[in-house]
Amino acid sequence: MTKRNLFLSGLVLTLPLALATVLVLQPTRAKGEAAGPPLEVRVVNFTFGPATLTVPVNSTVTWVNKDDLPHVIASNDGVFKSKALDTDDKYSYTFSKAGTYAYFCSIHPKMVGKIVVQ
Amino acid sequence: MTKKNLLDPNISGLIEHDHNNDGINRRGFLKCMAWAGTGALCVIEGGVLKSHALTSHMGSKMKSHKMGELSFVQISDSHMGFNKPANPDVIATLQAAVDKINALPEPPEFILHTGDISHLSKPSEFDNVDQILKATNKPIFFVPGEHDVLNDNGAMFRDRYGRNSKGQGWYSFDKNGVHFIALVNVMNLKAGGLGTLGSEQLKWLADDVKRLKHSKPIVVFAHIPLWSVYPQWGWGTDDGAQALSYLRKFGSVTVLNGHIHQTMQKVEGNITFHTAFSTAFPQPAPGQAEGPGPMKVPAEQLRSILGLNDVNYVQGRHALAVVDSSLAQR
Repeated sequence: MTKRNLFLSGLVLTLPLALATVLVLQPTRAKGEAAGPPLEVRVVNFTFGPATLTVPVNSTVTWVNKDDLPHVIASNDGVFKSKALDTDDKYSYTFSKAGTYAYFCSIHPKMVGKIVVQ
Repeated sequence: MTKKNLLDPNISGLIEHDHNNDGINRRGFLKCMAWAGTGALCVIEGGVLKSHALTSHMGSKMKSHKMGELSFVQISDSHMGFNKPANPDVIATLQAAVDKINALPEPPEFILHTGDISHLSKPSEFDNVDQILKATNKPIFFVPGEHDVLNDNGAMFRDRYGRNSKGQGWYSFDKNGVHFIALVNVMNLKAGGLGTLGSEQLKWLADDVKRLKHSKPIVVFAHIPLWSVYPQWGWGTDDGAQALSYLRKFGSVTVLNGHIHQTMQKVEGNITFHTAFSTAFPQPAPGQAEGPGPMKVPAEQLRSILGLNDVNYVQGRHALAVVDSSLAQR
């Protein structure tokens, strides 16, 4: 094999890898930058905002507590549950399956929200 | 300190060292926080409980007053560990409550703490409260608030305060002919719901009161109000009515709660409901804010807050009477 051929075969091998990397990175970047809304639920005044958040499968949703009192994020059927979140604490969960996930604050149960994964 | 000082619209006289340039120094802050560090003195006389807010001028007022069969103090919502602007010094305000308790002319038999001892269920927070309350030299009976059972379903709370309790921390005891019942309504809360007692506790309660004579005075204490104060903010207990149905046969029933950081009272048939101040920070009146979070009280609102520190007193058998007194309304 000549040096040139070696280079070409190397290119053939690495190019798809590079392309694949770009493809993997792109959707992640798009979430933060472009039109897509940030996958964040803010807890303000004992309310989840937005109350219903729709996200694609494999999205990571982050809750951030902006209240002066702690809250606990818990799904109604026990799929996920945070520790107590003090002011500005965050909790993230990655939704790998499609479905509707109802959740509430387990110490202020009047606070309810929903994540729709599709 | 007298009320006259507090009512002076020119509160600048209170400020000695204003490090934050917010018009309030530490000493002035404590004076302004007249609502803080407060508790309720409960006196049972003729089987009927009367509740008085603890004030610094209580000594002279109560001295000549016979103290009934039994007197005890209720304190609530110490939130040890809370450090936001609504009260950056919850240690000092709890200490103030202890000072008032120790200054009572007739020492109370014991103290009830109606929950939210800690802010984040941390051992150091419970330790601080224990240390401060030790100075009362009185037995203290606790029920948990939701802040006391945050990450372990209340295991640490029960280990510290509920060693002789049943189930998730409920118990009862008798003192001077009065039957006291401690209930837990901050566990296993359901999405969209209010406080919950649960079937196991309700069954225990029904059994606990079965053998008692109807003339026995009953005092029930729990963290979240057992009556519907304001369900929109979660201020009520879903199965509270069922618990109260077991108590209808008794002549005198008093329900003492915390959680809402303000005093409210209601009389319903044979049952009188009271909620207590927080020793830490005030919360808004039902529906008077976007949410039930801590209420920051600027100096110019002093008047409306001071009223909450006045004596509250309920007696008799009216159909419905919610009392929420403030100086601004007088």
